[in-house]
Amino acid sequence: MIEFKNVSKVYPNGTRGLKNINVKIEKGEFVVVVGLSGAGKSTLLRSINRLHEVSDGEIIVGGKSITKAQGTDLYRIRRDIGMIFQHFNLVKRSSVMRNVLSGRVGYHATWKMVLGLFPKKDKELAIQALKRVNMPEKAYMRADQLSGGQQQRVSIARALAQEAKLILADEPVASLDPLTTKQVMDDLQHINQELGITMVVNLHFIDVARKYATRIIGLKQGEVVFDGPVENATDEMFAEIYGRPLEEDEIMGVAR
Amino acid sequence: MKRDKSLLIIRRVLVVIAVLAVYIWAFSGLPVLQFKETSMEVISSIFSGLLQPDWTYVYDPKGEDLLRGLLDTLAIALLGTFIASFLCIPFSFMAARNIMKNKAIVGTNKFILSFIRVFPDIVLALLFIKAVGPGAFSGVLALGIGAVGMLGKLISEDMEGVDLSAREALVATGANPVKTLMFAVIPQVLPNFFSFVLYRFEINVRAATILGIIGAGGIGTPLIFALSVRDWERVGIILLGIIVMVTMIDIISGKIRARLT
Amino acid sequence: MRTAELKNQTTGMPAPPKKTKQHITVLLVLLLVMASGWQIGFSLEELMSGLPNMWDLIVQLIPPNWGYFSQITVPILETIRMAVVGTTIGGLLAAPLSMLAARNVIHTSWVTIPCRFILNLIRTLPELLLAAIFVAIFGIGPIPGIFALALFSLGIIAKLFYESIESIDPGPMEAMTAVGANKIKWIVFGVVPQVTSTFVSFFLYAFEINVRAAAVLGLVGAGGIGLYYEQTLGFFEYDKTASLIVYTLAVVLIIDYVSTVAREKLT
Ligand SMILES: Nc1ncnc2c1ncn2[C@@H]1O[C@H](COP(=O)(O)OP(=O)(O)OP(=O)(O)O)[C@@H](O)[C@H]1O
Ligand SMILES: [Mg+2]
Repeated sequence: MIEFKNVSKVYPNGTRGLKNINVKIEKGEFVVVVGLSGAGKSTLLRSINRLHEVSDGEIIVGGKSITKAQGTDLYRIRRDIGMIFQHFNLVKRSSVMRNVLSGRVGYHATWKMVLGLFPKKDKELAIQALKRVNMPEKAYMRADQLSGGQQQRVSIARALAQEAKLILADEPVASLDPLTTKQVMDDLQHINQELGITMVVNLHFIDVARKYATRIIGLKQGEVVFDGPVENATDEMFAEIYGRPLEEDEIMGVAR
Repeated sequence: MKRDKSLLIIRRVLVVIAVLAVYIWAFSGLPVLQFKETSMEVISSIFSGLLQPDWTYVYDPKGEDLLRGLLDTLAIALLGTFIASFLCIPFSFMAARNIMKNKAIVGTNKFILSFIRVFPDIVLALLFIKAVGPGAFSGVLALGIGAVGMLGKLISEDMEGVDLSAREALVATGANPVKTLMFAVIPQVLPNFFSFVLYRFEINVRAATILGIIGAGGIGTPLIFALSVRDWERVGIILLGIIVMVTMIDIISGKIRARLT
Repeated sequence: MRTAELKNQTTGMPAPPKKTKQHITVLLVLLLVMASGWQIGFSLEELMSGLPNMWDLIVQLIPPNWGYFSQITVPILETIRMAVVGTTIGGLLAAPLSMLAARNVIHTSWVTIPCRFILNLIRTLPELLLAAIFVAIFGIGPIPGIFALALFSLGIIAKLFYESIESIDPGPMEAMTAVGANKIKWIVFGVVPQVTSTFVSFFLYAFEINVRAAAVLGLVGAGGIGLYYEQTLGFFEYDKTASLIVYTLAVVLIIDYVSTVAREKLT
């Protein structure tokens, strides 16, 4: 599904974001990326859909090289990749429905989108997506009238309506409380298990990572220092990724 | 501390001297105000004209009446604003620093917009009269172009304040730049866009009342004619008509704008 | 259609909001635009045939007649002078009128309401129209222009000013009431200190607008540079018109800049 080939990234100011990454993620996996703040988690995730350009190496998504794609080809590849952000990144003034529908814009001609002409099928898809995250009744509310957890579920619905084969989530629960964290992560897990959509999720909390991941990738200063099934990710392993024993605030208490 | 204070005083004194100099210059060059013996007469006739306007002029089935003049004026303002509301869109995008990353393009567009803004509408109308001949048509074009400066400035500055996080989300779904703007930026600026356009419409209605003075259509033409033949009753009714129309438009447009935001 | 409706009902989906209002609005605007076009006989044909002429005109405007600049310096200066004097008279009238129109200063509505009415009335008339009337009264020259600008800036300043007076802090005013000041003292010590810098700022803003306005008043014979626009265009001396435009724009830009800097210093 995703393959990193010798990927490196140096920011214009000289900071090393990623260092020679070689990782292969298979279809249907639930990968959680962990690491200290500044380890390069966001950089890794954002290079998968090329919100960030890499400086070296190649990334293959769904059999096609996204790092080499241009114009329409790039849009085509991105269309298959959903993304969920820490701060939801919804259009707050627009309705929930329109936000979810915005996942569909990659499928249609530009002029149709300028006029806002979505086929009926898209609206059905959007409704289905909202039902999956248990929010059909909020469809015509404005996005900024929802709570944080609800907004995040709308953004999950957006990725679902997009019919993405792969969903990237950059700290999807970092601004949510434990209860909503559980709801949102459960949603992601169901989507992963029932629809077979591959998940790559950056997480800050170890216990959440352990509970939901099938595989864990540990980053440290832009390098992969751990990569393996969740069973192998022991406390000692985490201590090594973090370069120190675990601290209170890295455990949220959702899993217990 | 003490030096700062004395510096401040010196600066104040300099400003006062400069302002005084400007005023002495401005007032010394003025011609003396001399009331012609007719002045008072004219003033009283205008007031009596306002109090006893020429009601027969309001509606004349044959055509050249007040209603027609006012409708023409409104039509010019409306068409001009309508044209400007489309013309200003590309400029607005290209003059918004956060949308257009190319600094040269942003700078050029900001310059074009301020250039249009300092250009008096009436001078534009004069030029259009030369190009396309006198009549309402040149008035429409003048307002259509003239309003782009202000609208473009207001809208692009509004755009610079929008939340761009949604844009990232749209890019990530595989949307091209046009679709991204359409879904992530436009919904945020649309209410203010309409509000600015309405506000400009209010201004354009006023502007359209004077276009006729130079021959660019609307109620200004009969007004200047009535003034030159000293038909004060007619001047009175035209002024009344303008006041009523502008006030009504202001009230209606203000009500709509209040509901938009 | 019917099955979709049924499905909606059974699955607890709320009905989508009705778009009728939006559609009617769009329709109404389009109708108004079309009616307007019809009213003034607007035709696309005319537009298409007119645009090339526009281009011809632009070509003739370039380059400006550089020698002409020295000849129009005097009227340009007169234009600025008119703006200075006009704005000053307008400002001097606006200050007391705004006080009278502010509901938190004058508590009797039979004073504030007529004041507001007069101010709103003045604001409906654009500067060129006022100038045309004053020319009829005083004859040709800068004097009617100055009166027009005075009235015009009175409208601008007073409207902005009374609104900002109404939003000031009531504390100092109450303090003046408490010490038993009479109305004049009450205003001078309770209101004026709070609004002086706002007033100067509005005054400068009106001055910026008036410089632009003054530049066209000559079209109706009210002094300043405007007269020359008509003359040069009338004689087809487009290079001179271009000089006028360049000169006016330069002056307006400089004054705008100075005034903006001054206004920023104030706040
Ligand atoms: N736009 C940028 N320009 C320069 N350096 C950057 C930029 N973005 C990130 N970096 C640097 O790259 C490194 C990796 O950043 P990244 O955002 O990927 O970390 P992260 O693991 O996501 O951290 P966090 O948990 O705080 O989100 C950091 O050292 C960061 O300072
Ligand atoms: Mg991050």
